[in-house]
Order: sequence, then C-alpha cells, then structure tokens
Amino acid sequence: MSDALVRRPPAGAIAAGLVILLPLLFALSLSAGRVWIPLEAWTAWGDDPRWTVIFELRLPRTLLALLVGAALGASGAALQGYTRNPLADPGVLGISSAAGLGAVIVLYFGLTAASPWLLPAGAMIGATVGLLALLALAGPSSTVVTFVLAGIVIQTMATAATTLAVNLAPTPWAVDEIVSWLMGAVADRSFEELKLATPFVALGLILLLSTRRALDALTLGEVGARALGVNLASVRLRLAAGVALAVGASVAVTGVIGFVGLIVPHLVRPWCGSRPGAAIVPSAVAGAILLLAADILVRLTPAAAEIRLGAAMAVLGGPFFLALLIRMRRRIT
Amino acid sequence: MSQILAAEGLAVRLGGRALFQGLDARFEPGRVTCVVGPNGAGKSTLMACLGGLRRPDAGAVRLGETGVLGLGHAARARRIGFLPQTPEIAWPIDVEALVTLGRTPHRTSGRSPADRAAVAAAMRETGVAAFAPRRVDTLSGGERARVLIARALAGEPEWLLADEPLTGLDPGHQIDACGLFRRLAHERGLGVVMTLHDLPLALRLADSVLVLAEGGLLASGAPAEALTPEVIRRAYGVEARLVAGHHGPVLELIGRHAA
Repeated sequence: MSDALVRRPPAGAIAAGLVILLPLLFALSLSAGRVWIPLEAWTAWGDDPRWTVIFELRLPRTLLALLVGAALGASGAALQGYTRNPLADPGVLGISSAAGLGAVIVLYFGLTAASPWLLPAGAMIGATVGLLALLALAGPSSTVVTFVLAGIVIQTMATAATTLAVNLAPTPWAVDEIVSWLMGAVADRSFEELKLATPFVALGLILLLSTRRALDALTLGEVGARALGVNLASVRLRLAAGVALAVGASVAVTGVIGFVGLIVPHLVRPWCGSRPGAAIVPSAVAGAILLLAADILVRLTPAAAEIRLGAAMAVLGGPFFLALLIRMRRRIT
Repeated sequence: MSQILAAEGLAVRLGGRALFQGLDARFEPGRVTCVVGPNGAGKSTLMACLGGLRRPDAGAVRLGETGVLGLGHAARARRIGFLPQTPEIAWPIDVEALVTLGRTPHRTSGRSPADRAAVAAAMRETGVAAFAPRRVDTLSGGERARVLIARALAGEPEWLLADEPLTGLDPGHQIDACGLFRRLAHERGLGVVMTLHDLPLALRLADSVLVLAEGGLLASGAPAEALTPEVIRRAYGVEARLVAGHHGPVLELIGRHAA
C-alpha cells in the first residue's frame, strides 16, 4: 500500500535546494576555469587583470549556459507533456537538428557578415519548419510511436542536409566554422550573443508557460483535453512557436546541445506529482543548473583541448537514455 | 436549472457513408437518457456531436437557445461534462490531481476554496475520497472509472454525457454507478446522457431510451416503449422478450434471430 502512495519530498525543500544551488554554481562558474580566480580578485574591480576574465569571458558564458539550459529544459518538459511521451526532447524529435540546419545554411552562404541577426533567424526558421513537419508527420492521432518515428525522419533529413552542406562547403574555413559551431559550446561567447538570444528565449518561455493548464489537461488525451474546454489548435500554435523561439535562439548562439530537455523533466517529475504543466518551471531551473554544472566540469577537465559542451552532454545523455529505456521496459513487462 | 439539449436534423458522414442523418432528439434535464444501438451505429459520434466536440455534417445541437459549437471552448466545457469512451491517463498523477483537472474549464487556479469544495464533493459522491493520495496507475479498472466520473462532476456541469461509462465495472459497481447517475439526474437536476450495450440494464436504469440503428433513430421514448422485441430484432438481429419481474418488466435476450 505504501508504494501506491505518492512519496515526494516537500516541494518547498526542493525549491529551497535549487535556490541555494544556483548562486553557488554561479559563483563557482565565475571562479573556475583554466585559471582559478579566487574570490578576493572579484572585489579588486578594474585594477586586477583577472577582473576582465571574470566579467568579459566567464560572466557571459555563465549567463548563456543558464539561459540555454532553461530554454532546453522547459522545451523538453513542454514537448513531453504535449506528446505524452517521456522520450520527447528537442534533440530526439529533430527540432535541434532542424534549427542547426537553418543556421548552417546561413553559415554556408556566409550571410553572417551581412547581419548578426541572420544566424538566429535561420535557426528559428529551421526549428519552426522542423516542428511543423513533426506535427504534420505525426498526424492527429499522435501516438508515442508515430511521434518518435516522425522525429527520426526529421532528424535524419536535417542531419543529411547538414552533412551535405559540410561536404559541399566552398572553403575549408567554412567547413571548420560549421563543424566547430555544430558541436555546441558556450565557451568564448560575449554579451553580443547573450543580447541576441535573450529576447527570443524569454518570449519562447512565456509562450511555453501559457500552455501549463492545457498540458495538465492533456493528461486525459486529446479528446479528454477538448472535453475540458482546451482549445487544442491554440495550444499547438503556442507550443510550436514557444519551442521554435527558445530552441532556435539557443541553437543559434551555442550550436546543438542535446539531452538537456530529455533528462531534466525526468529528474523533476517525481517532485511535481508527474503533472506535465507543473514540470515546466522546475525543468527550466533544473536545465539551467544542469547545463551550468556540465560547463564547469568541462572547463575543469584536464585535457589538452577543452571538451565541447555538446559532446559532453551527449556522453552524459547516452547512458541516461539507456537507463530510461530499461526502466520503461521493466514497467511494460 | 439546466436547459434542454436538442439535436436538430443531425447528419454525420463517415468515409463517404451516411452514419446517420436527419436525427432529431430532445434531451430533458433531470432525466437519465440511454443511447443504445449496435456496434458502428454511431453512438459515440452522436455523443461527440452532443458534447460539441465534433461538427456534424448537417444539422445542429442546441443547448437552450444557443448552438453548442457557438458556446466557446471553456463555456461549453463548464456546462457539459463529457466522459470519453476510452479514457487515456498519460501520466501517473495522483487521484486528487486528476479530479482537479475537472476544474480546468473554470479557469481558476484549481486551489481556490470553490475548486477544493467541488473536488471534495465530487470525490465523496463517487466514493473515491479514500483514494485521493494514490497514483492513478495503481487503481483497478473499476476504481479508475469512478475517479473519471468524479473528474467530470468536479466541473459542476449542467449536463453529463458519458460514453459507455459502465464498461469494465463489476455488477456491484455498475449498480453503484447507475444509482449515482439516477441520483444526479433526479435529485440535482443534471441532464445525463449515456451510451451502453447492456439492454436489460438500460431498461432498468433509464428514464428514456434512444435506439440508434439503420442510419437514424429507430425508436425513442420510455424504456419499455422503446426497447420492444420488434425494435431489438431490427436493431441487433436478436430475439428478446419482456417478462414480468419483481421490480417491473425484465428484458430477456433469447438468442440470434433466424432471418
């Protein structure tokens, strides 16, 4: 009987834990790196050369990791809620790849020189096209299987087109630019990138938050949600626009970073009673923490070259995906 | 007081074939109406039209003076509670959270005093209050069915449309559910419309019966007048007779009608 009851730690304690963890990681992120900067250097202001490292290299990098982590975490939670599929994620469903393709096309034609806004625009258009194709391919029934299959189709096509672009790239510099950007990282970013992404991510997050009640109602399936007065067409539109803006803007400034949206909702779900709408805010916070923690680890790894954040998340995400699969199989059998 | 729900000249085509057409029916509040008919006659489709979840190819459904499709999503859902035939519960949320979903059309937080009172009343009425903290994936089929009825009642609708709500319930829980539907209709003035396959049960439970077959309403009216042996033979190809029982007439199904 006790197993049938929902056992969860008090939500207040969890929130308090996250609120304490976030500033701790934030401070650690400003100090940690190739050069360890102790706290006293922070108060030296302009006099200490290390001050530049903190405020011009590590601060934008830290803020960007938080922003992109929140965008990916919230998008993953919203997609899992909408599709009623615990394996949904912007990466798994091919939306990140589609956004990547949009950005690669911009890089391929060397359009970034014309305007810095073209890269995020390309990525957001790519994400929108990918998401619309996903919803169209999955069809109105949208079962778990059709969604994953549709995601694989989009992922495959976007990856193929991206490979083709690399293959046909006019110059080796273009190849280098595309490949290094595709791997995903928050290193060497400035406030410029932050300024570029923040408005779009913020708008995307607001749209995703507006779908909370509808996502909860979708627990009862599409018919059940409509019976509860949910306007599914409007929900689909807000969700698609929200994910396209948040993921598109993130991919535009950091490249493709997978698995955040997949992992994070699973971590927070037990704390919010599995309600899909209630998982969005905690997923955004936990996504920000996860990506920042991963980026700090990446910086502290004693390797000749710094490991790319995208690669590190993939290394983390693979085994997590496997564990998830094993747990789902156990539940079915 | 609830308003009358009426179907006027309703027609639905499915795959080029008319499922039903020219269907007129009036549903009175304060009564339990059972919709019966063979598989594929369009019972679920009719229910979806009545609930404003499906646009008919012709005709309209009216709630009082207004068409259900013109009500707006949330307004319609506040007035008409709808229980789909194959309910999906995608996440292992707890029972109280599931019942609270019934408050969605009221656009409140779900935690206001009015919300809490409606959820508690619905859970008491359906006898699921004891399950409140349990996860829905640990419930039996019968418990789940009652929790879903509680979810519909939590919205405090004027009308309750239920597509085969008794399927999968054991006889005891079927009787409990029938008693609940009758109480809701007779004491609280709710209009209850439900589909079911169990004709003897329909005869005992319903205040009126609609028989949907052959592309329209084959019969309608008081149970014993609508469910005649002649109608049952035409609708299902089954021989039946009404026999006198202790509590009124009892329907006995004899066997396949030899054509």
